[in-house]
Amino acid sequence: MSNNHDHSHEEHAEITHDEKPGYYEILEISIREILIEKQLIKAEEIRKQIEVLDSRSPVLGSKLVAKAWLDDAFRERLLADGNSAAEEMGITIYDDTAFTVLEDTETLHHMIVCTLCSCYPRAVLGLPPDWYKSKEYRIRAVHEPRAVLKEFGTVIPNSVQIQINDSTANQRYMVLPLRPKGSENFTIDQLEAIVTRDAMIGVALISL
Amino acid sequence: MNVVDHDPPIHQEGKKVRVSLKFPIGHYRVPTYIRGKEVRIEKNLGRYINPEEEAFGKNAGSKLWYYLVSIPQKQLWKDYNGADEDLLEIEVFEPWLESI
Repeated sequence: MSNNHDHSHEEHAEITHDEKPGYYEILEISIREILIEKQLIKAEEIRKQIEVLDSRSPVLGSKLVAKAWLDDAFRERLLADGNSAAEEMGITIYDDTAFTVLEDTETLHHMIVCTLCSCYPRAVLGLPPDWYKSKEYRIRAVHEPRAVLKEFGTVIPNSVQIQINDSTANQRYMVLPLRPKGSENFTIDQLEAIVTRDAMIGVALISL
Repeated sequence: MNVVDHDPPIHQEGKKVRVSLKFPIGHYRVPTYIRGKEVRIEKNLGRYINPEEEAFGKNAGSKLWYYLVSIPQKQLWKDYNGADEDLLEIEVFEPWLESI
C-alpha cells in the first residue's frame, strides 16, 4: 500500500440501516421468522432463492431473442410454449409462471405492464427497473401507451397497431422485438449484444 | 378409456363476455379499469391455482379456468388517443367472466 494515502474514506457513504423498518417490512420479517421457526422453510432456502433471482439478467432474454431471429423452428417453439423453449436453452422458469413471448411485426407492436403490482419475466430479464414498478407507468401504459412510448423516445406511427399486455396473475410476458435492418450478416453473438431490456419490455425499438 | 371432464370451461374462444362489475373486499387480480367491460375471449390458458382464495389459505390449491381476453383501447377509454386497432390483452379467472 502506498504511503501517499491521500483519499478520504469518508467519500464512500457507509451502508447503514438506521431507518426504522416500515409496516410491511416488519410484517415480512415476522412471517419469515415464524415460517422458519415452524420449520416450514429454511433460512438456507430463502438465501438460495435470492441468489437465483440475482443471477438472472436481460442477457438471458437476449439469448432467446437472437436465437429466435436466426432459427425459425426455435422461434415457433418459443412462441408456442415459452417455458419449454427457455428450458431447452438452459433457462429454468423457476416460479411456476407461464412464460409467454409476444412477437412484434411490421404492423404490430407489443408493450408489457403489470397494473396491479410488478409481474415481470424475472427468470429471463432479472429484476424489473424501478420505473416499471412506478404508479405512473402502471397507470399510463394502459391508458396512453403512445404518449408513454414517445417519452421513451419511441415513436410508433398510427399505421402500426399497439397491443398492451397487462399481466395479472400467472402470465409473464416478454416481447420478441423486430430484428433491425442492417443486421442480416450478424453472428449470434453480435445479435445478442444489440438486444436491450427495454426492447424486450416493448418500450423501445432496436436500432443499429 | 373415456375420460369425463367434470369441470369443462364455460367460455369458448372468440366469444364476447362481460367482466363482472363487483367490488368484493380481499385479494383480487382483476384491475378496476376492466370491471364491467365487454371483452373477447382470445385464448383458454388452462387451469391455474386461484390466487384470490389462495391468499386466505381457503382453497387448498384448487384450480380455476383462466382466460386471455382482449378489448379495443377505444372501447376501454373514452378519451383514447391512438389507432382504432390498438388493443389491450389481460388474463381473467372464470368466476369474473359473465356470459352475455
